[in-house]
Amino acid sequence: MLDADFFRRWMTATAVSVGREAERLTALDSPIGDADHGSNLRRGFDAVATVVAEKVPDTPGAVLVLAGSRLISTVGGASGPLYGTLLRRTGKALGEAAEVSTEQFTDALRIGVDAVMALGGAAPGDKTMIDALVPTVDALADSFAAARTAAEQGALATTPLQARKGRASYLGERSIGHQDPGATSAALLIAALAETAGE
Amino acid sequence: MKMLINVPETVVADALRGMAAAHPELTVDVENRVIVRRDAPVAGKVALVSGGGSGHEPLHGGFVGPGMLSAACPGEVFTSPVPDQMVRAAAAVDSGAGVLFVVKNYTGDVLNFDMAAELAEDEGIQVAKVLVNDDVAVTDSLYTAGRRGTGGTLFVEKIAGAAADEGRPLEQVRSVAQQVNDSSRSFGVALGACTTPAKGSPTFDLPPGQLELGVGIHGEPGRERRPMMTSGEIADFAVEAVLEDLNPRNPVLVLVNGMGATPLLELYGFNAEVQRVLAGRGVSVARTLVGNYVTSLDMAGASVTLCEIDEELLRLWDAPVRTAGLRWGM
Repeated sequence: MLDADFFRRWMTATAVSVGREAERLTALDSPIGDADHGSNLRRGFDAVATVVAEKVPDTPGAVLVLAGSRLISTVGGASGPLYGTLLRRTGKALGEAAEVSTEQFTDALRIGVDAVMALGGAAPGDKTMIDALVPTVDALADSFAAARTAAEQGALATTPLQARKGRASYLGERSIGHQDPGATSAALLIAALAETAGE
Repeated sequence: MKMLINVPETVVADALRGMAAAHPELTVDVENRVIVRRDAPVAGKVALVSGGGSGHEPLHGGFVGPGMLSAACPGEVFTSPVPDQMVRAAAAVDSGAGVLFVVKNYTGDVLNFDMAAELAEDEGIQVAKVLVNDDVAVTDSLYTAGRRGTGGTLFVEKIAGAAADEGRPLEQVRSVAQQVNDSSRSFGVALGACTTPAKGSPTFDLPPGQLELGVGIHGEPGRERRPMMTSGEIADFAVEAVLEDLNPRNPVLVLVNGMGATPLLELYGFNAEVQRVLAGRGVSVARTLVGNYVTSLDMAGASVTLCEIDEELLRLWDAPVRTAGLRWGM
């Protein structure tokens, strides 16, 4: 079973990972976006790590709702609302339980990912964070480690795609050949999840 | 890369502190990043709130004042502001007559303003929205995020601001803003990429002998790259691209806009070519504005925006305005 502390550690691990990889995310965002994905997410997850440590929310759902709200308030751009919605909706779907099973978390994450697709209007294959998150949800039934692998492979698989959403879509065919920064950061989030679970 | 900054993390806050010192007629909330005209809320009048990433100055903070915006929300460099800023701005300027959000069509701006509209309405503020999408360089299809908002934003903010100043109700102000957007088209070219403070190197690599056609205002590459052309050839290309999409039978407003690093000497020369092409096509020009208004940090290049107008829109365009970046008639 996963408790509030697990989810707080997940958020902190994500902040560490995003901080470490911020320059790589920004470099990926440079040829097809506007070169700020790493700095924006680092600002947001640093704020998340601070707020979950200060407020110490006591249920898994409360941790994710608080983290998502904090991202919306600090990140800006498209990443703020999209990542914020992912965590908020997942958290809301977890309800007020003090502990949740991996199955319950998987179901909640699926609701969160669906909410992101509805908000951004993106589907798998559009070269967005969705390309990492949809395979993650499917693989979580097996293990956290499988989810991490699925997210990383999903991010890598965005390279040959043509972007249909966000700023990269303005490039048309010229977006082909670049790994999507959003899918890459989503894979970092899931890698931090697996790391937190000890897998 | 040399820049006149302290550290990348504080460029926006530092600029806001400087803006506050230069413009006592504005209330600049540096911490929460909201710029408000000091006399807001103006009783009985609809308020206009806009915002977007920083790096496009004078857009939007430079357009706050009588006759134009009531408040602006600057985000991080090239990153949309967050809903908290917009809600704070709306609350500061709403006189009870409602607030019009002027939103440029970028995924981040749209999502954050939508969230802000919901939150503001929860607080009892009536909100309407206009989406600016004037950039003909983008194919507006299911396979892109849709046309970007660029130079047309200035026309929308000025003319809708004048309509609000006349005391028109929210729906009418929104409707005028929509009409201006629907009548505006833009096309931009870059001669060199811009450098964001966070990255510290050019956002795309443009070789010396080449130019980028159809660029946006975020240092994102355009739709096509060609060997360098003369000012006259660029004007032919840009104006034709706009006229392919807008077939004006009425006079137009012309904005020849610099992207930040192109001097006025070049912009005025470019404007001469733009006017030549328009005259050749039989397009009548009512007013022309030349300068750096919707910039892209230190990007070299220019954009052309045309807005087809009627007598009513021209009257609103000519109405007095007093802001840091645009000022006439008062």
